[in-house]
Amino acid sequence: MQGMSPIVKNITRLVAGFIVLFGAYIVLYGHVTPGGGFTGGVILAGGLALVVLAFGEAFARNVLTHEVAKVADSMGALLFLLVAVLGFAGGVFFTNFLPAGTLGHLVSAGTIPIANLGIGIKVGAGLFGAFLALAAFRRTTGAGQERADVLQSHS
Amino acid sequence: MDPILWILLALLGFMLIGSLIAIETRDLLSSVICVGAVGFGTSLVFLLLGAPDLAITQVVVEILVLVVLVRVVITRRDETHATSRSTLPVGVVLLALGVMAAVVFGVLASREADEDLRLAPFGRPRMTRQVDAAALAPAGRPDLAPAGTEPASVGGAYLKHGLTADEASRGSGAANYVMGVLLDYRAYDTLGEATVIFVAVIGAYAVLRKVGRSRHAGNESDR
Repeated sequence: MQGMSPIVKNITRLVAGFIVLFGAYIVLYGHVTPGGGFTGGVILAGGLALVVLAFGEAFARNVLTHEVAKVADSMGALLFLLVAVLGFAGGVFFTNFLPAGTLGHLVSAGTIPIANLGIGIKVGAGLFGAFLALAAFRRTTGAGQERADVLQSHS
Repeated sequence: MDPILWILLALLGFMLIGSLIAIETRDLLSSVICVGAVGFGTSLVFLLLGAPDLAITQVVVEILVLVVLVRVVITRRDETHATSRSTLPVGVVLLALGVMAAVVFGVLASREADEDLRLAPFGRPRMTRQVDAAALAPAGRPDLAPAGTEPASVGGAYLKHGLTADEASRGSGAANYVMGVLLDYRAYDTLGEATVIFVAVIGAYAVLRKVGRSRHAGNESDR
C-alpha cells in the first residue's frame, strides 16, 4: 500500500489534527454533551486510519505500528478495569466513589470521565489495530521484496 | 399525522431499497456502498427520534466501516457467482413470517385487559407513569419509603434521580443521561461490551497476522 498523491497528503496534514482534536473533545466531554468514549474512540481511529491511508504502509510500519495499537488497547482496558475495581473504595464493584461535583462542569460526575477516557483509548486503538490488520497486513503478497527490504533495514 | 412520521417512513423506504440493492447487486463495491447508505439512513432515523448519542455513534462507525470495507474490496477481484434461488419457497416463508409478526403485533397493540402487557403507542413511552412510593418500600419497613410518588419504571427513576448527586437518591451527576446510564448505573454491561471489542480485536490480529503462521504449500492463493 503506497501513499496517495501530494494533494491528499497535504490535506491530510491540515485536517488530521483537527479530527483527532474533535475525537478527544468527544471523549473528554462525554458526560456533558452527546458522545462519549466509544464515539470519540471511533473518531480517533478514523483520523489515524486517514493518516495511514494517505501516507502509506511504510508510515504505518514505522510510526503507528500495530504494536503501539495493541499496547494502547490493553492500557485503555486496564484503566477501565481499574476504575471498576477502585469502586470497592466506595462499597462494591463500579461504585461511583468520587464526588459528583457541579452539574455540567468538565470535572463532575465522579468516575465517569475517567472511565470514558479509558474506553476512548481502548476503542480508538482497538479499531485502528483492526483497520491495520485488515488493510495493511494483507498487502504484502504483491510487494514482498519491498517488505523484506524494509524489515532488513530495521532489524 | 406527525410530519416526522412521514420523514421516518420515507427514510425507511430508502433504507429498504438500499438493502435490497445491496443484497441483489453483483458488484461487491456497490453492495458496500449501499450498506453504507442504509447505515446513514439509520443514523438519520436516530436523530429524528431524539437520540443524538446513537446518531453520532452510528455515523462515525459507518464512516470507519465504509472506509475499511472499500479499502478491502477495491483491490480484490470480484469472484462471487450468482446462485440461482427458487423464489417460491423463500417468498412463502417470508410471507408466513410477516403474517406471524402482524398477528403478534396486532394482539399486543389491541390488548385491553392488562395495562402492563399492552404495547405502548408509538412515541409515547411508559416511563411517565407514577406509582405510590409506599409500594416500593422493603417488606415490613414502610418507614423506609420515600414520600409522594415515584416513577413506575426503572427508566423513569433514572430520569428523576440522574442529575442529583446526594447520597440518598444515588444519581450519577452526569449532565448527559446516556453516559450516566452507560458508565454508572449499567457500567457492568459496558464492561462486557468493552471485553467483546477487546476479544474481537485480538481475534482479528490472530487471524490476519503474518508472523508466526505456518505456511502450507496449498494456501498460497488465499493469503
